[in-house]
Amino acid sequence: MNKKKLALSAAAAALLWATTTTPGISAAARDYISIVGSSTVYPFATVVAEQFGKTTSHKTPKIESTGSGGGFKLFCAGVGVGHPDITNASRRMKPSEYEICFEKGVKDIVEVKIGYDGIVVANAKRAPQLELSRKDLFLALAKQVPDPQGAQNVVPNPYKTWKQVNPALPDVKIEVLGPPPTSGTRDAFVELVMEHGAGMFEWIRALEKSDKNQYKAISQTVREDGAYIEAGENDNLIVQKLDANPNAMGIFGFSFLDQNADKIKGAQVDGVAPTFEAIADGRYPVSRPLYFYVKKAHAGTIPGIREYLDEFTSSKAMGPEGYLSDKGLIPMPADEHEQLRSDVEQLKTLRIDQLK
Amino acid sequence: MDTTQLKTIDIVKQGLERRYRAERRFRRMGLAAILISLAFLSFLFITIASKGYSAFVQTRIQLDIHFDPQIFTEGDIGAADYPRLVKASMAAMFPTVTGRTEKRQLYALISSGAAFQLRRMVLEDRALIGTRQSVWLPADDDVDMLVKGHLEWDGGRLTPAQVKWIEHLATQGQLEKKFNTTFFTAGDSREPELAGIWGAVSGSFFTLIVTLLLSFPIGVATAIYMQEFAPRNRWTDLIEVNINNLAAVPSIVFGLLGLAVFLNAFGLPRSAPLVGGLVLSLMTLPTIIIASRAALQAVPPSIRDAALSVGASKMQMIVHHVLPLALPGILTGTIIGMARALGETAPLLMIGMVAFIVDIPSGFLDPATALPVQIFLWADSPERAFVELTSAATLALLVFLIVMNGLAVLLRKKFERRW
Repeated sequence: MNKKKLALSAAAAALLWATTTTPGISAAARDYISIVGSSTVYPFATVVAEQFGKTTSHKTPKIESTGSGGGFKLFCAGVGVGHPDITNASRRMKPSEYEICFEKGVKDIVEVKIGYDGIVVANAKRAPQLELSRKDLFLALAKQVPDPQGAQNVVPNPYKTWKQVNPALPDVKIEVLGPPPTSGTRDAFVELVMEHGAGMFEWIRALEKSDKNQYKAISQTVREDGAYIEAGENDNLIVQKLDANPNAMGIFGFSFLDQNADKIKGAQVDGVAPTFEAIADGRYPVSRPLYFYVKKAHAGTIPGIREYLDEFTSSKAMGPEGYLSDKGLIPMPADEHEQLRSDVEQLKTLRIDQLK
Repeated sequence: MDTTQLKTIDIVKQGLERRYRAERRFRRMGLAAILISLAFLSFLFITIASKGYSAFVQTRIQLDIHFDPQIFTEGDIGAADYPRLVKASMAAMFPTVTGRTEKRQLYALISSGAAFQLRRMVLEDRALIGTRQSVWLPADDDVDMLVKGHLEWDGGRLTPAQVKWIEHLATQGQLEKKFNTTFFTAGDSREPELAGIWGAVSGSFFTLIVTLLLSFPIGVATAIYMQEFAPRNRWTDLIEVNINNLAAVPSIVFGLLGLAVFLNAFGLPRSAPLVGGLVLSLMTLPTIIIASRAALQAVPPSIRDAALSVGASKMQMIVHHVLPLALPGILTGTIIGMARALGETAPLLMIGMVAFIVDIPSGFLDPATALPVQIFLWADSPERAFVELTSAATLALLVFLIVMNGLAVLLRKKFERRW
């Protein structure tokens, strides 16, 4: 018994020793790229990372899905092997984030736009095909809507069915499953659909200049009376629920529509169906660019960063027939891609005036 | 006298039937509670198993690969154009396919992992170059889903031409469902047909080793001191209340603590099993301490008195007599604590172990993930084939948990002593 206890305490002591000395080990080197950031970019970045790991002599990069905001927080915490090299984002970096980065010594940042992602409003395949406008979506989903009598004030959203919103739509209860406020998809939906829909009313658009808070409250607040259901970040769950309930609509990224085309179909928005081509040439109105950001200071110290950038921006990945387009990423136009490749090759850094 | 006696027995008899009924009702309620929980449990098992069992086989396509020496002429044979070998073989099998889009559709039937499999084969045996081999290669996940009946044959993700090619391959006997070894040997992948749980299982293994090495000795030592040596006063009461409190703290809090202390203050690497193990041992410690104290307490005082009366020191009394008798209980508590740690994801989220990691971790400092985290990540992937992988990984996790909990029951049965 004595011997056993001795062995156990020796093992514990060894482990404690390892614990206290490892900072030295970990600070000395890291031989893999560390990536954090958006859960929307995650499915694309992971494909590139895997290809990169299998076709080069470098290790496969490690990718954490932390959300865009969480990614910037980690990314901007400092320079050094303890901090991530790259952060993915489903929106552009904010000037305030750039300033935080700058204060912490992350001065040279390379911005890489990787393509576009469409946000679709979909329902079950056996349900009727809907033709929505952004105004319809705003009226159906905003917490407060303009008085249906025509007066220039807002009332709590009275609409219960799509037909009440627009007589051309079917007489079905409004039931929309969508992302929660923490999601980048929700931010983009609010900006591209709700605000645009609200802007269809002259007097609300005028509010943007006169009373910004009131404007934001009207155009950016989603209703909370049960018609809009926050379904969490798991888009697969939304797809399953849509399949089970033909009256429900769902809001999510194009790649989930692309992968589940046998179960669900996308509604037309402003007369354009969410197809690959329509998002690529900009006709489909609800799409947003995706980005990732690289610490230039790490490009020389962490092995493989330049090669990873090269793999990501190559046309076999990002091009119109690249493997990322098979995963549902919408590629950018050819001339923009060429410009991007030369910028990335020179590791052109981002200036704050580009973000404003 | 007479009348009152009669009355008592009458009252008893009157109430007897009612009391029997109440007892029967009580028993039935207990039985119903067990049946309801069993029903839920079997519903869970059946849904997971029925969704997941198909992941244990995988569709493979047999191709005649000609290891064309011309491809290997220049430079490193590891960097040769292996996808071209696959494409050439597919094109030879369907010579009528010409147009660019059609060819792309044809090549899409084979997994992108096929080229890597050929690369491994050539690197292992260079004599293959120049020969013609018949190789079973993994099919693309869409083909796999179609063959397993999770996709509809028309109007699904595959074009009519692709469906025709698959039917042709199937009638030729060149398309078969085989046991999915990839699932048990590979790390994570974004291609469902190449993804496996081995990376996550080894991550969990390293994490749990650290947890066990830390929490078992510290937990047992704490329990012994608290139970056998510590005086009863305000301080020990305070410590005891705190330990009991700690056992009920939500696990995410330990993750936050780990982030602040191990990552930010000590500067340990993110996503390392070492840090995961440290955090989980904080979470497991209270469980082990409480179970160990209960086990020590159950050893009768007569054993202690007997040892002391023949001249044993207090340490000899504990190490030679009390601890061996309490050990089965201590081990049971430890195994149950470890099983809880195995199923935990929330604290790992904060320290970066919820991540896409392809390479299999080989040490305590390599980036790693854990089995429940892998399930979480797959559940959120858009590809349809990840649905069955999610369920299959859940089955694997359940098997580990059943084994661990079964071991705890076995230990208790085998070594339990009653006084």
